[in-house]
Amino acid sequence: MASAGARRFLPSVVGFSSIVLILAVVEILIRVGLINRFIVPLPSDVAKSFGRVIVEEDILHRFLLTGWECLAAGILLTVFGVAIGVLLHQMPLFRRACETWVAAMASAPLVLAYPLFLVLFGRSALTIIMLAFIAGLAPVILKTIEGLSATRPVLIDVGRSFNLTPAQQFWKIYFPSALPTIFVGIRLGLIFALINVVGVEFLINFGGLGHLINELAERYDLPGTYAAICFVVLVSVVFFMATERAERWLTSAA
Amino acid sequence: MADIGRLTRAHGATPWLTPVTLVRVVIVLSVLVVWQILAVSGWFYGDVVPTLRIVAVALFKLLSGGDFYWNLWATIEEVAIGLAIGGIAGIVAGLVVGANKFLAKAFEPYLYYLGPTPKIIFFPVMIMWFGTGYGSKIAMGAVSCFFPIALNVAAGMRQIDQVLIRVGQSFRANPWQMALKIYLPAMRHPIINGVRLGLGVALIGTLLAETKISNRGIGFMVIDAYTKFDMPRMYAILIVLFVLAIGANTLVARLGGLDDIKQK
Repeated sequence: MASAGARRFLPSVVGFSSIVLILAVVEILIRVGLINRFIVPLPSDVAKSFGRVIVEEDILHRFLLTGWECLAAGILLTVFGVAIGVLLHQMPLFRRACETWVAAMASAPLVLAYPLFLVLFGRSALTIIMLAFIAGLAPVILKTIEGLSATRPVLIDVGRSFNLTPAQQFWKIYFPSALPTIFVGIRLGLIFALINVVGVEFLINFGGLGHLINELAERYDLPGTYAAICFVVLVSVVFFMATERAERWLTSAA
Repeated sequence: MADIGRLTRAHGATPWLTPVTLVRVVIVLSVLVVWQILAVSGWFYGDVVPTLRIVAVALFKLLSGGDFYWNLWATIEEVAIGLAIGGIAGIVAGLVVGANKFLAKAFEPYLYYLGPTPKIIFFPVMIMWFGTGYGSKIAMGAVSCFFPIALNVAAGMRQIDQVLIRVGQSFRANPWQMALKIYLPAMRHPIINGVRLGLGVALIGTLLAETKISNRGIGFMVIDAYTKFDMPRMYAILIVLFVLAIGANTLVARLGGLDDIKQK
C-alpha cells in the first residue's frame, strides 16, 4: 500500500522539488554574484515580500475589484453570448453567414483595441469590463451553436411526438441538451475575460491586480513585483481550477 | 431528376450571389449605414466616430505611406523570432513530456495550469532581463506561444498510432531518427494547430508589449495614434491589423488542412 501511494505521488514530488531546486540554484547564483541581484531578486526576498505586498498594497481590495470586473464581464458574455448563439442557431441563414465571422473574431487580437475603448468609455472599470466582454464573447457564441446543433435527433423527435410548441421544444429539449457544451464555452469566455481584465489593468494602469504589478515595477520594487506576479499567477491558476471543477460537476450532473 | 435540375440551375445561374452572400452583404451595408448615421448624428465628439469617408481617407493614407510597412515589418520580425524561439522550445518540451508518462505527471500540470494565465504581467520582468528594445517584445512573444504549442505537442504525442512507433523500433531507429522520421511527421496536425494558437497569442503578447514601451511596431503605432488623438488613423490601423491577423490565422489553418488531405 505504502509503495503504491509513494509511486502515485512520486511524479508530483519530483515536479515540485525540481522547481524548488531551480529556485535554490537561482538563489545561490545570485548570492555568488553570477546573476545580478538588481535584475533578478533573491527568491527568498520575494518570498519574504509576499506578506508586505498583501498587507501594504491593500491586496484584498484589489483582488475584489479584479474579481468584480471579471464577474461583470462574465455575466455580460453569458447573457449576450448565449442569446446570440441561440438566435444564430434559430436562423440557419444568418448562422451560415456569420459563424465564420465569429470564429475569425476569436482569432483577432481584439485586446489591442484598448486605446479605442479608452476613448469610448474613459479610463474606468467600464473600459476593462467591455474589453473583457468582447474578447470572451466568441467562444460562448460558438459553443452555444455547437451544443444546440448537437442535440440528438431522437430527443427532437420525442419533443415533436409530444406536440411541443417551439418554445417548449427549445426549453425542454434543445437547451438542456446543449447546456454542458454551453458551459464549456462560458468557461473559455471567463478565462479569456480574466486574462484580458488583468492585462488591460496592467496596460492602462487602473484597477486591481494588474495595476498593482505595474505600480510596483514603476517603483522599482523588484521583490514586490515578482511577488505580485506570483500572486496573480496563483489567482489565475486557482480560478482556472475552480472553473474546471465546476464544469466537470455540471457536465456530470447533466 | 428534378433535384438534379434544380441543383444545376442553382450552380449555373447564380454562382456568386447565394443567399448567404446576400445576407453578408446586407449585414456589412447596414453596419456601415449605422456607423455613418452615428458619425453625422453628433451624439459623439466628432473624432470618436469619424465618418466613413474620413476613415477611408485615413486607410488610404496609412497604406500608401512608408512608415506603416516599416512598423509592420518590425512587428512581423519580433513575432517571427518570438514564435521560432517559443515554438522550438514548446515542441521540444511537448515531445519530452508527451513521450514519458512519468515526466508528464511531474511537469505537465505546470504547463497546463500556467497556460491560461495572463502573460503580459511578465512584461516588467522581461524589460529587466532584455531591455526596452525589441528583446523584451520577442521574449513576450516566445513566452506567450510556448504554452499552447507545448500542450498541443504533448497531447499529440500521446495520440500517435502505436504501430508507427513499433515500426520505428523494429528498424532500430535512434531517438533522433525516431523524432524526425516517426514522431514529427505523425504529429503534423497537432503541431500546426499548436503553431496556429501560438501565433495568435504571440501576436497579442508582442503587440501589447509594443503599446506599453516601444518606438516601433504596429502596437506602437496604435498607442501613438491614441496619444495624438488621431482617431481615424487608429481605426485604420486596427482594421488593417485585424484583417492581417485573421488572414494569417486562416492561412496557417488552411496549410494544416491541406496537409491532412494530402495524407489521405
